[in-house]
Amino acid sequence: MAISIDKNSQKIWAVRDRNTQLTRWFVYFVAVTVIMYCWQTISEATTWFFVLDAPRIAGDIGGRAMPPKWPYINELWKPLWDTINIATIGTVLSLIIAVPIAFMAARNTTPHHIFCRWPALLIIVSTRSINSLIWALLLVAIIGPGIFAGTIAIAVRSIGFCAKLLYEAIEEIDEKQVEAIKATGASRWQVIAYGIVPQIMPSFAGISVFRWDINIRESTVLGYVGAGGIGLQLKASIDVLAWPQVSLILLVIFAAVILSEMVSAKVRAAII
Amino acid sequence: MLHLNKLTKQYATGDMALKSVELEIPKGQVVALIGPSGAGKSTLIRCINRLVEPTSGSVTLNGKELTKLGSSALRQARRRMGMIFQEYALVERLTVMENVLSGRLGYVGFWRSFLRKYPQSDVDEAFRLLERVGLDHMADKRADELSGGQRQRVGIARALIQDPELLLVDEPTASLDPKTSRQIMRLICELCAERDLAAIINIHDVALAQMFVQRVIGLRFGEIVYDGPPDQLKPETLTEIYGEEDWEATIETINEDDEAEQGGVA
Repeated sequence: MAISIDKNSQKIWAVRDRNTQLTRWFVYFVAVTVIMYCWQTISEATTWFFVLDAPRIAGDIGGRAMPPKWPYINELWKPLWDTINIATIGTVLSLIIAVPIAFMAARNTTPHHIFCRWPALLIIVSTRSINSLIWALLLVAIIGPGIFAGTIAIAVRSIGFCAKLLYEAIEEIDEKQVEAIKATGASRWQVIAYGIVPQIMPSFAGISVFRWDINIRESTVLGYVGAGGIGLQLKASIDVLAWPQVSLILLVIFAAVILSEMVSAKVRAAII
Repeated sequence: MLHLNKLTKQYATGDMALKSVELEIPKGQVVALIGPSGAGKSTLIRCINRLVEPTSGSVTLNGKELTKLGSSALRQARRRMGMIFQEYALVERLTVMENVLSGRLGYVGFWRSFLRKYPQSDVDEAFRLLERVGLDHMADKRADELSGGQRQRVGIARALIQDPELLLVDEPTASLDPKTSRQIMRLICELCAERDLAAIINIHDVALAQMFVQRVIGLRFGEIVYDGPPDQLKPETLTEIYGEEDWEATIETINEDDEAEQGGVA
């Protein structure tokens, strides 16, 4: 806020003073320059012939993909079921691990700031920073291809996500309710069960279905690296250029994702 | 029954919230603690059940020194001190019944409380208390469905089911309208009389305090500057506690209000 006095000794108010305003314009200028430079670099590195050709190629593939090969769907039920299982069991596993980690990471519940909170934060950051596809790649190499590797990949990737959102919810609780429970002479665990858990239940439910919903989508591609599920069929079909199968698989994935969105929206509405 | 000896609290920021407070409260006495915001009223009652750890001094309840207790002994001592809060501090997403029963947490084990398998005697007592505070038909409602006055009644029931010897009451009426405030104060004082309970009530409304309590303590900058019967509160005393202001109106209205209230009840 800038308040100045002009020559008629009238108080003038402006949101920013002159120097702040000039600095802001300068920052805008630098930002635009950087964007233009990047654009130019990208443009030089692009073979524009391929880009201009893209609509034709896309049309070509689209033409071959139509109509979808409907009878192929009988081979997709099993992998689709696997995909849903990978997502669901992976989410449940990750929640089982994420809950204690969240309590260790939240400032108001951590048993120890250095020996519990920091390791918990480290777990959160490290599991979150690696994509589930990469976890799947590693795990397929370690425990062999199949659904189990996919489930663990989903579970590991979700720990950090769920624990982070949950510990933020724990830190935002109303401390007065906790104080009131403490004042009754409740033990540490009773304080958690009565003072904290009821307050974070809506967040917990929201986070669970939200992550399950994301995991349905993520698990559809895990098969690509051999970690089970419908991705395996997708890769096989693309490899042999069986476009009508590809289009059917994409439709099935699309339907599954919409269904999961609907379920999670319903669950969230019911709980909150 | 309750004795505070040279109770001192210094916060980590360096603020002296309580300066060597000496206080003796006999059994069954209801005391109002008045004073400006920041005088240390909340700190004082929280130092008694050690939601705030006192820096030095001692708190003795029925001959038991509370400041040196280990965590499990402290929990046992807390069971005998019911606390009532300004903004009710009910667990909003639990039912009225669960909130009242949570007052028994210090007496039942973890799994019993977790599975809500309270002893029948506790449930009976909860129903009795809910009836006494006029909420027996609300037992199954969720706490966040209640009005302010109703919530405070649940808070009172939760404190009483602890079977306390002492009530610590922190601004019980600050979030309530004037009429409800009086009803709540009357209820607290009646219940104290019925059960011969001592109570310390932090309160901003001097007139309301004068209407209901037997003894008023004025706190300023963490020190007791007045300790005496409510009718001895003079404008000069209030000036000493709160600072310069025209106090005549505050004190005078009491009698009028009191009469109006009496008339209304009759």
